[in-house]
Amino acid sequence: MNASAKRMLLTGNHAVAWGARLARPKVVPVYPITPQTPVLELLTEFHAAGEFDAEMLTPESEHSVMAACIPASLAGVRVFTATASQGLMLMHELLHYASGARAPIVMANVNRTIASPWGFWPDQTDSLAQRDTGWIQFYVESAQEALDSVIQAFRIAERVFLPVMVNLDAFYVSHALEPVELPTQETVDAYLPPYAPEHFLDPARGESWGNVVSQELYCRHRRDIGEAMDRVPAIAAQADQEWQRRTGRGWGVMERYRCEGADLVITSLGSMCGTAREAVDALRAAGHAVGLLKLRLFRPLPLAALRAALAGVRDVLVLDRNFSPGAGGVLHQELRAALYGMQAAPRIHGLLAGVGGVNVPPQKIVELALAARSRKPAAEPVWANG
Amino acid sequence: MIFDKLDLPEDGVLCPGHAACPGCIDALSARHVLSTLGRDAVAVIPPSCMAIIAGAQPMSALRIPVYQPSLESSAAAASGLRRALDASGRQDTHVVVLAGDGGTYDIGLQCLSSAAERNENMLYVCFDNEGYMNTGAQKSSSTPHFARTGSTPAGKPSRKKNLIEIMVAHEIPYAATATAGFLPDLVRKVEKAKALRGMRLLVLLVPCLDGWGVPEDQGIKLARLAVESGVFPLYEVEDGSRYTLNAPQKSRPVRDYLRAQRRYAHLEEHEIEALQREVDTGWARLQRRARVAAAEITAAA
Repeated sequence: MNASAKRMLLTGNHAVAWGARLARPKVVPVYPITPQTPVLELLTEFHAAGEFDAEMLTPESEHSVMAACIPASLAGVRVFTATASQGLMLMHELLHYASGARAPIVMANVNRTIASPWGFWPDQTDSLAQRDTGWIQFYVESAQEALDSVIQAFRIAERVFLPVMVNLDAFYVSHALEPVELPTQETVDAYLPPYAPEHFLDPARGESWGNVVSQELYCRHRRDIGEAMDRVPAIAAQADQEWQRRTGRGWGVMERYRCEGADLVITSLGSMCGTAREAVDALRAAGHAVGLLKLRLFRPLPLAALRAALAGVRDVLVLDRNFSPGAGGVLHQELRAALYGMQAAPRIHGLLAGVGGVNVPPQKIVELALAARSRKPAAEPVWANG
Repeated sequence: MIFDKLDLPEDGVLCPGHAACPGCIDALSARHVLSTLGRDAVAVIPPSCMAIIAGAQPMSALRIPVYQPSLESSAAAASGLRRALDASGRQDTHVVVLAGDGGTYDIGLQCLSSAAERNENMLYVCFDNEGYMNTGAQKSSSTPHFARTGSTPAGKPSRKKNLIEIMVAHEIPYAATATAGFLPDLVRKVEKAKALRGMRLLVLLVPCLDGWGVPEDQGIKLARLAVESGVFPLYEVEDGSRYTLNAPQKSRPVRDYLRAQRRYAHLEEHEIEALQREVDTGWARLQRRARVAAAEITAAA
């Protein structure tokens, strides 16, 4: 606990905006979309009040937002933006472009259903569908975690030259008010020194980016991105530990909650973990050895840590608030792939729970956990709200 | 015939050994745009003939940094770059977009409109060869009426989009047409644009030798015919209202321009007449606007 830190009542969105402000980005292109808009509004208020020294630009689309982010970052300055849902979909092409350009942009994404039909509800299909774009992805559970993650994200991005997406669920996190501890500017400045890359677009240097390359150069470039990704779990863990040392708060690349001796572990992303925590408490109180593994870093998937965390567990229950038609839940697929070939691998039960923002209360998770223990996992997707 | 050597700035920003097609005046146009703009500049070049000319990584035909954005995002990318340079205290460094007509009139128009609305500080140069020439000559919305392309084998059924008028409607500080066929005029316009701030647009007509069906040594000749026939009038518009028609003005029939190109070889007489009427109407409209602008300046004085 930092004695000089200030406590405020903030929504997840406003916590994100505060995190961005404290990280001192120099360029912030941003476009409004429900439920991300309060991030944009608070940043423009900071800017208008002279408290946020960044170039803000408000182009006509999220596509242009990301198009502006990339060369701004390549010009050697820190860049932040935020979006949600359709906005992220519209950026898709340029998400690949950004990681290809090794631009350490940080973007908050508020997870919201993707159309059609139109909806505004918490659902993580938007960002999970971007898993192959070369962006590091975090999923957060609370406003405090959102603020801390935005700041940590810059530190990680600028170490590996890859963009980072911090995902927070629509409304459950984006709009819920929570007490949040604001670190002091001095704390953040000491943790996050000014961005000063070795290479940047500058007439005095003449370095360029983006024109055509040979097959060999392209392949080498992809391998470099892969190697940078491989370094992320350790760098993210280190960034988190350093943050914890300075603020007293650490989140881990994953969190194991009451997993001691658990024969069943519930796994999920984002706000669902908050609900699952209550279910775990209820199950433990009733004498069941059940724990929660909250996956905070989804890309890259921390394979070694996942395998270690789930070794010896009989059943894993994956709760997916997303849907990939024809395949099922994305996290379910990812976990099956991650644990495949592991000795005495856990049985992995995949449940589509809360797709489209359908409510999943703690009692529902208790029922799903108890049912999973006495059932063989199905190969096909299973709908929890059948 | 005796030629005077043109006295134009030559800063060597575009290097020899670039990959332009033999005889293409895209390279000549870029050479003078870049030389006039100087070395304190960063170029944004989307996929286009100009990207080919700029060359493959890790080499570059330009002595200034080049960022290649996606085809549809030049003006947005240039905006982000501009703001980053501003944030770094580099307000005097020019951001120049060198884009084709496909990347400007078509897929890049949305973000160009947005950058113009914000009056972002950049020079946007459209190398207009009236089609997707880098992919083998398909029509763009800049392709003129009746012209044959790979995607309009019977001739394009609709007219060329008027980009200058669209941008003038945004009331940007400066919009002008120019061509390497009249280099001193082109260089003067780059110099004028260079001295201004905010969104500045130059549309340069670049005959595509292969796409239009023109001999290799006729690029300049055709650019001049386009101007002299009134098909591509040289003019400039300041602050969305002050129109000025530049010399040379319309002095010969459209037929002279058309018959020099294979893309119009199929035209029938009534189509040639229709094109002449379109050009005459457009020319008369420009003259009216230039007269109104001149009258307003006189009245204000």
